Amino acid sequence: MQVTLRIRRFDPEKDKRPHMESYVVEAEPTDQVLDLLNQVKGFQDGTLTYRRSCGHGICGSDAMRINGRNRLACKVLVKDLGGTVTVEPLMGLPVVKDLVVDLKPFFDHYKSVMPYLVNDEPPPARERLQSPAQRLRYDDTTKCILCAACTTACPSFWANGEYVGPAAIVQAHRFTFDSRDRAGAQRLQVLNDRMGVWRCHDIFNCTEACPREIEITKAIGEVKLAIATGRIE
Amino acid sequence: MLHEYDVVIVGGGGAGLMAALHASRGARTAVLSKLYPVRSHTGAAQGGVCAALGSEEDDSPEWHAFDTVKGSDYLGDQDAIEFMCHEAVAAVYELEHMGLPFNRTPSGKIAQRPFGGHTNNQTGKPVQRACYAADRTGHMILQTLYQQCIRNQVTFFDEFQVLDLLMQNGAACGVVAVELATGEMHTFHAKAVLFATGGYGRVWEITSNAYSYTGDGMAVALRAGLPLEDMEFFQFHPTGIFKMGILITEGVRGEGGVLVNDSGERFMERYAPRVKDLASRDVISRSMYLEMRDGRGIGGKRFLYLDVRPETVNRYAALDGRTRPDGTAYRVTAAELLAKLPDIIDFCRTYLGVDPMTQPMPVQPTAHYAMGGIPTTKLGQVIADARNTLVPGFFAAGECACVSVHGANRLGTNSLLDLIVFGKMAGQQAAEFARRESYLPLPRDPQTATLERLAALRQADGRERAADLRRAMQEIMFEHVGVFRTGNGMQQALATIADLKQRYRHVRAGDSGRVFNTDVLEAWELGCLLDCAEVTTAAAINRTESRGAHARDDFPRREDATWLRHSLARSAPGGVELDYKPVVITKYQPKERTY
Repeated sequence: MQVTLRIRRFDPEKDKRPHMESYVVEAEPTDQVLDLLNQVKGFQDGTLTYRRSCGHGICGSDAMRINGRNRLACKVLVKDLGGTVTVEPLMGLPVVKDLVVDLKPFFDHYKSVMPYLVNDEPPPARERLQSPAQRLRYDDTTKCILCAACTTACPSFWANGEYVGPAAIVQAHRFTFDSRDRAGAQRLQVLNDRMGVWRCHDIFNCTEACPREIEITKAIGEVKLAIATGRIE
Repeated sequence: MLHEYDVVIVGGGGAGLMAALHASRGARTAVLSKLYPVRSHTGAAQGGVCAALGSEEDDSPEWHAFDTVKGSDYLGDQDAIEFMCHEAVAAVYELEHMGLPFNRTPSGKIAQRPFGGHTNNQTGKPVQRACYAADRTGHMILQTLYQQCIRNQVTFFDEFQVLDLLMQNGAACGVVAVELATGEMHTFHAKAVLFATGGYGRVWEITSNAYSYTGDGMAVALRAGLPLEDMEFFQFHPTGIFKMGILITEGVRGEGGVLVNDSGERFMERYAPRVKDLASRDVISRSMYLEMRDGRGIGGKRFLYLDVRPETVNRYAALDGRTRPDGTAYRVTAAELLAKLPDIIDFCRTYLGVDPMTQPMPVQPTAHYAMGGIPTTKLGQVIADARNTLVPGFFAAGECACVSVHGANRLGTNSLLDLIVFGKMAGQQAAEFARRESYLPLPRDPQTATLERLAALRQADGRERAADLRRAMQEIMFEHVGVFRTGNGMQQALATIADLKQRYRHVRAGDSGRVFNTDVLEAWELGCLLDCAEVTTAAAINRTESRGAHARDDFPRREDATWLRHSLARSAPGGVELDYKPVVITKYQPKERTY
C-alpha cells in the first residue's frame, strides 16, 4: 500500500523556519514508521535526519510526534494509522535539525534530582536484602528509558522549560521508594520547589505519552504525598 | 579542537560505563559515545546476568566455568573463563550495591532462573544461575551504571562518533571523533584508549541488533593494521521474531516455553535429549534450521513456534518432572508469566498482534552476537599478533573484544557478565597504564586520514546508493554466512563483498551539510560493516570444520587436531591475511559436546 508521509523539515544551515514536506512510500501494514523514515532517507532524500538505534522500543532514541502524539517511531505500525502520516519533532525542546531536538535541558533536569542510589552504610558481603513486596513498590518507575516523550508532552513544561518535568520526577520516585536508598529526604527537598513537583497540575499527558506505560501522574502524586506528609511509604 | 585525557573510552554501553567507573577513580577519563549512553545496545539485553551465587540451589564457579568452556565448544581460553566465573559472584553483588533492581526471592535474595547451557555439573540438569530483573536485565544494568557515572561525575562527550584510532610507533595515543551536533572534528590526545564499541549484527539481513551496531571499533582497529580474532564465530540466537529479528529472550524457555514444529512436536527432545529447549544457542539454531530445511516449519515456511502458554509450560514441566527449589512441582499461571516476561509479551502484542499467553510466537534464528573481535588478554590489553604482543596503550572490552571467554559460542547471560568483569578490568588497567606512562606525541596532521575518508563520501560520483549496497550485503551474508555454511556459498559471499567494496567508492552522501549529518556517517558505517563482513567470511572459509556457531555442511565435524586454535584476521591490500594462535587449556580437555 502507499502511504503519504508529511514530515516537518528544518535545516539550520539553510532554512529560516521549519516547513512541511511530503513523501510517498510503499509500505506493508506491519511496517513501523521508522521503516518509512528509513525508506525516505535511503531512497529519496538522504538529508532527512532523525535519531534511532534499537528499532524495537527499548532505547528511546526515536521519540517524536506522530499524527500529533508523542510516540516511539519504531513502535507505531502503519496498520494503526491512516493513509497519511504526519511526523514532527518533540515539542518544548530546541530543534537541532528535522526530527532531532536538543536533549541537554532534559538530561540536565534528570541529573538535578540525584538519580542514583545513595547508601553510604558499608555494604554486606552479599546482596542487601529486599523483599518482593519492597521490590514491587518501585517497579513501575524502573521502566523509564529516558525517551523524553512524557516531559515534551507536558503543557506545564511547554509553558516553562524550567519545570523539572515528569521524567526527572519518575527517576526520583524510583530511588525515593527503593528500600535500599537513604537520600529520600534530600531528593524530596529538590522536588519541593515551584519548578519541582508543584508545577505538575495532573494533566495526565505524560501518562498517555509514555511508551513504557508507566503510571507517571500517579508516581508524581506519590512524590507530592511524601513531601506533604514527610513520610516515604 | 584538541582535548587531552589520560584515558579515553569509546562506547557508552555496559562495558564502557563499567570501565569508566573504575578508570575515573585513578585517571582523568572521558567517555565518547556516538549515542547518548542510555541508548546503547546493552539496554536491549533481556535474560539476565549469571553468577554462581548458590542462593536458590547448589552451584559453583567451577561448574559455571565448565559450562562456559563446553558452551564455547572448547575454543574459549580457559584461564580467562575461570577468571570471569570466579569474579562473577562479586561483580553481581557490586551491581546490587550500586542499586540494580534485581527480582527477589521470598527471602529477599537475588532471584535466579535457569538458562540455556548452565547446569549442575553433577546431575547434568539446568541450574538456576541467571540473576534477572524482569525481562529487562540489560536495561537495568545500563541505567544503573549510567546513574553511578552521573554520581561520580564522569566526563561524557555524547554524540561524538569516533572515526579513527591514532597510533605512534605501534602504540595508541588518541582518537579522532566528529561531534554530531556541529560536524566539527575533534582530536582526543590520550595515554590510554579503550574501545567498548559493541558488535556488528547489521551485516546480516535478520538481526536482533540495533541500527547502531555497525562494527565501528572493529573496523577502525583493522584499519590501524591490527587483527581481529575469531570473526568466523557469530551467534544466531534461536528465537528472533519472524522477519523482524527482534529478540525473544532465552528466559522464555527458562520459564518453561518450548519450541514446536508444524506437527506440534517439541523437536528439541530429539536434538538435545537431556536439556531439550535449554541447550546451547548454536545447537538450537541448527536444530531449527534442520527442521525448517526438512519441511517442518510452520505451514512449510521458514519459522517455528515458541510456545509459552501456561497450559503448554505446565504440560511439559510435568513430563520433564521439573520442580521448584523447595521440591514442589513447577506450575505457572498466566499472571506469573506476565510478571516475569512483561517486555516480551509487549513486543509480541505490538509487532505481531499475538498474545503469547493464548497463542504461540512465530520465531526464526536471528544474527545476535559477535564472539570474535579485537583480541585482548584477560586484563583487557589489546594484542597485535599470534605471539600475544601487547599494543601499548590500547584496551578493549565487551562485545567488540575477544578475550576469549565465549570461544565458538556464547552462553546466554555470559555477555552481561563479560561487560562488568572485563569492563572493570580493562578500565583499571587503562588507568594504571596512564599513571605509569607519559603522553606520546600525536602523529602529524592526526585528522587528515579521517577528513579524506569523509570527503570521499561527500564528493564521489553518486552512481551507487548506500541503501542498495547495504541491502545486498545483508542478503548475501544471511544466505551464505549464516546458521549453516558451505565453501561454495561463502566464496560467493566473499566475491560479492569484494564487489560491493568496489561499488562503495561510488556512494555519495545526499546530505552535504555539517550539522548532524547522519547520511555521511551511515555511509561511513556501511564501510565498517563491509570490512567486518569481509574478515568474517574469509575466516569462515578458511576454517574447514564445524565448531560452535560456525557450522558447515561440507565439513560437519569438529576437528580438534587441526582446528583447536583461534583465528587472527588482518586486512591487507591483497585481501584478508589469516594467522592462528593456540587456545589456553587449563583443566578441561576437549570432549564431544552433547546436551
